[in-house]
Amino acid sequence: MAETEPVKDWASDYDIFAHDFMIDPYPFMSEIREGARPIARTERWGGSWLPTRYDDVVAMAQEHDVFTSRQIIVVPPVPGAAEGAYSAVAAPPITSDPPDHRWHRRLILPTFSPQSVATFEDGTRALCNRLIDGFIANGVADAGEGYAQQIPARVISAMLGVPVEMADEFTGWVQGALDLQNPKGRLEARMKILPFFHAQVQDRRANPREHDLITTLVSSVDDHGDPVPDSYVIGVCNLLLVAGVDTTWSSIGSALWHFAQHPEHREQLRNQPSLWPMAIEELLRAYSPVTMARIVDRDIEFQGCPMKAGDRVLMAFPAANRDPRHFPNPDVVDFEREHNRHVAFGSGIHRCAGSNLARLELRVALQTWLERIPEFDLVDPGTVTWAAGQVRGPRQCLVRFPVATSPVN
Amino acid sequence: MRVVIEYDICQGHQACAIVAPDVFGSDEIGNGVVLITGDLPGELHELTRRAQRNCPEHAITISD
Repeated sequence: MAETEPVKDWASDYDIFAHDFMIDPYPFMSEIREGARPIARTERWGGSWLPTRYDDVVAMAQEHDVFTSRQIIVVPPVPGAAEGAYSAVAAPPITSDPPDHRWHRRLILPTFSPQSVATFEDGTRALCNRLIDGFIANGVADAGEGYAQQIPARVISAMLGVPVEMADEFTGWVQGALDLQNPKGRLEARMKILPFFHAQVQDRRANPREHDLITTLVSSVDDHGDPVPDSYVIGVCNLLLVAGVDTTWSSIGSALWHFAQHPEHREQLRNQPSLWPMAIEELLRAYSPVTMARIVDRDIEFQGCPMKAGDRVLMAFPAANRDPRHFPNPDVVDFEREHNRHVAFGSGIHRCAGSNLARLELRVALQTWLERIPEFDLVDPGTVTWAAGQVRGPRQCLVRFPVATSPVN
Repeated sequence: MRVVIEYDICQGHQACAIVAPDVFGSDEIGNGVVLITGDLPGELHELTRRAQRNCPEHAITISD
């Protein structure tokens, strides 16, 4: 399945699935960004463009009518996904264009405001403590699969009002849906996610619940005052699951991978807890997990690149966030960075709707870990495995720590 | 010093409220709001300028 032909020139033939890129993409992004063609091109995986400079990425994100989000995956659609009972289900609001985008987004934003997501803080902290209870006596843990991966699926389950016991299953579905090199697996994941939420929607219509996002959504109206269609609610649930799980877990995992190698940053936060909010922003900048795709609406020349209607563009937010034109010493993690207009959550009308929840999960997961396991390092940096594709973060990430200093709560 | 958020430009990143929580907050959909009407006290000027420089949408305007 994998196209293994080695890359000779990253500006004209990049491969986001190349092994070296998966392990450490930043040198390749920098090579493209600082070269003669900062908007790279590839014919691999169905073909796409890759803007790497901050100004280009942001300009394209702002031009949402030219670079539309109707398809947000860089590889071509899964064969078969355009047919059948769920063909009309997308992932609103990210896949929506104005004017519908406006109400598609308005209906979910109140759920994700800072004041709303704050109600999930205590539950998230309890969850993190339970996970740590499970391995703290061992002196070794998988910070990826054993911790980071466990958190977002459970938080989003609580928010959606679906059984938390199914969290591991949800995680499997999300991994399937985002396994871009495996179209059959993606279709299978879609055929589990969509019927599941279809049934949830039917259930809430029959048995409305209080403080339940699906109930709120099925009783909502659109901009014309008409009841929203089921396909909209199923699509939103699809988005919240697929976009809210892998992304946040990758971010938590990358941050723990960083802290494992930077005791000075752990100490800095112990001594100056007021730095936490800016530390979270800096970790989001330096280890931005997400590259979203756009699809070109009409033929256009952008910065000298002849783009055709239907071309795919991979918005390299991680590359933009390490552009030295906007971030001095971009490869250095600096919790006291003065200017940090990072676009880890995108830019423009499709800014990640779940950003405040992601920040909360990231902060609580890291604070809880560092309180209970203040000293730890990687068992072997060479054995850390990374997810490839449009979401980047560690999968297996073994760390070790002294047992005696970490009593069970 | 006075500060305003251009509501049509703000996309609700919340960067301003993260940098300067005494000056900026969130409305019901998560867009930024200025919490202080009128002149900002001097001790908040530096943080407010920093918040402006951290807004990814360039939605914050400061007038002296």
